Amino acid sequence: MTIRRRTLNRVLLNATGLAVFALMIFPVYWMVSTAFKPGIDIQTFSPKWFPHPATLRNFTDAIHRPYFWQDARNSLIVVAAVVGLSLVLAFLAALALARFRFFGRRGVIVMIIAVQMVPLNALIIPLYITLSRAGQVDKLSGVVITYLTFVLPFCVWTLRGFVMGVPQDLEEAALVDGCTRMGAFLRILLPLVAPGLVATSIFAFIQAWNEYIIAYVLLSSPGKQTLTVWLASFTTNRGTDWGSLMAGATLTALPVVAFFVAVHRKIAFGLTAGAVKA
Amino acid sequence: MIERAVAAPAARLRAPARRRALRLGTPYALLAPAALVVGAVLGYPLYLLVKLSFQRYGLPQLLTHHGEWIGFANYTRIFHDAQFWHVLLRTVVFTAANVSLTMVLGTLVALLLAQLGAFMRLLLTTGLVLVWATPVVVSVNIWLWMVDYEFGVANWTLTKLHLGNFVHHDWFANSLSGFGVITAVVVWGAIPFVAITLYAALSQVPEELHEAARIDGATFAQVFRRVTLPLLKPIFVILTSLSIIWDFQVFNQVWIMRDQRPTNDYYLMSIYSFVESFRVSEYGFGSAIALTMVLIMLVVTFVYVRQMVRIGEAE
Repeated sequence: MTIRRRTLNRVLLNATGLAVFALMIFPVYWMVSTAFKPGIDIQTFSPKWFPHPATLRNFTDAIHRPYFWQDARNSLIVVAAVVGLSLVLAFLAALALARFRFFGRRGVIVMIIAVQMVPLNALIIPLYITLSRAGQVDKLSGVVITYLTFVLPFCVWTLRGFVMGVPQDLEEAALVDGCTRMGAFLRILLPLVAPGLVATSIFAFIQAWNEYIIAYVLLSSPGKQTLTVWLASFTTNRGTDWGSLMAGATLTALPVVAFFVAVHRKIAFGLTAGAVKA
Repeated sequence: MIERAVAAPAARLRAPARRRALRLGTPYALLAPAALVVGAVLGYPLYLLVKLSFQRYGLPQLLTHHGEWIGFANYTRIFHDAQFWHVLLRTVVFTAANVSLTMVLGTLVALLLAQLGAFMRLLLTTGLVLVWATPVVVSVNIWLWMVDYEFGVANWTLTKLHLGNFVHHDWFANSLSGFGVITAVVVWGAIPFVAITLYAALSQVPEELHEAARIDGATFAQVFRRVTLPLLKPIFVILTSLSIIWDFQVFNQVWIMRDQRPTNDYYLMSIYSFVESFRVSEYGFGSAIALTMVLIMLVVTFVYVRQMVRIGEAE
């Protein structure tokens, strides 16, 4: 009796799990499957559930649309600059917070958390005016600096956790064994926080790649924009080509999804570490 | 001989003193570059936002870089602006609906994750992560396609399910059903973060606590309310305040869904401020709206920061 009830419970649970999975994943599936369908299978009143026969037409259409390659290149430049700079700056700051006790440390921690809460949307107006005075409008450098600001606090916070996870005794032992400070840093600390550096850099990657509104305001001329702005302008001539729009969307999402799936564990860990300590 | 004996301790004294000074200065030197960037790109615009909100700042002022001081005029204008109060009310209702849906559904998915076997859990987690990673611009386009009035899969499904006649139904014809779609995009995109974070927290709750409660005869609902919920309260506070802050400033979803020119029945606070600045070129008035938004959110931020600092101290 109880065994039968338990099996029934298990079946019900798994069915619920499967239903939730299907509901969540369907939009993503629908994007990819539409991207591979020929036009007549897209424009039908009763939907075709599988992309059969499949075609690559939509993808070739999408990448041949004006500015795809320029904007993809711009996105890559912005992302590379943001990741590189934020990694170096955040690592230095994280070292200070994790390895030193100093006056004002608590204040800095409060600031780091508070700064993440500043609504960026509210700052677009002064940012635009400031950057236009500095002659940084319609330039990728202006966008890079702005992204850096809202990526840095989170990176510092996460990296601080990773640095604190490396016991200081290890470095001290290396010093006792005759290692220099720099040597201890390069041989002990750096290799041990490498996973943290990877996770953090991919967070910065995702933020910079996905961002839309700042790029939209600061970069006005086509060919100087980023991929998300390119994709958003796709919609303005709508009612048209859903197939190549979905192909473009798939291409835009692809790099982020790949990286994100690779590291999401570490990011979730960084956010919740120490949250449940009664 | 004597000289050297005196000089040596002095030198020995000087070296540690210098090292100590170096050690005292190091953390500040390490922090300086990051602080400089954040201070310059965040601090100055924040100051400018406050200043602009007291100025008339239109196209002529944009060209000459000089705002015209008008005191509280922008704020009195907001106060008497019927549109503003509408938009504020709409934003508050929108935020409340989105945050409650996100938190309730996210919690349910997290509880489900905790109950599932290893394989199903991995499958569902993978699905959630895929959704989490999808860029907002991409997900908006997907949903636009799904609710397309002609060939959208949503209209077909709802008609087939006999929930009414949705053939050629335009979801954006009235703003209420339009906001329904926008809510779907926002909540769909926000569930994974809440569910995965809560699940991670749930799995840190010692199993003995649940068992003990169940042996004492507590039902599933009672265990959740009396054991799980109190333990997870800090993380609930954090997730809820984060969601409030994110949903209160929703911009992209509305902006792109409405073809980058939303009509005023689709205005939320961030859209209203943006349109007043970049479309109407009233940067001063737009700043006043934005600053009001910041001040409203400051209350939520305070709760969040306090909770985070508490957790930081417990480490």
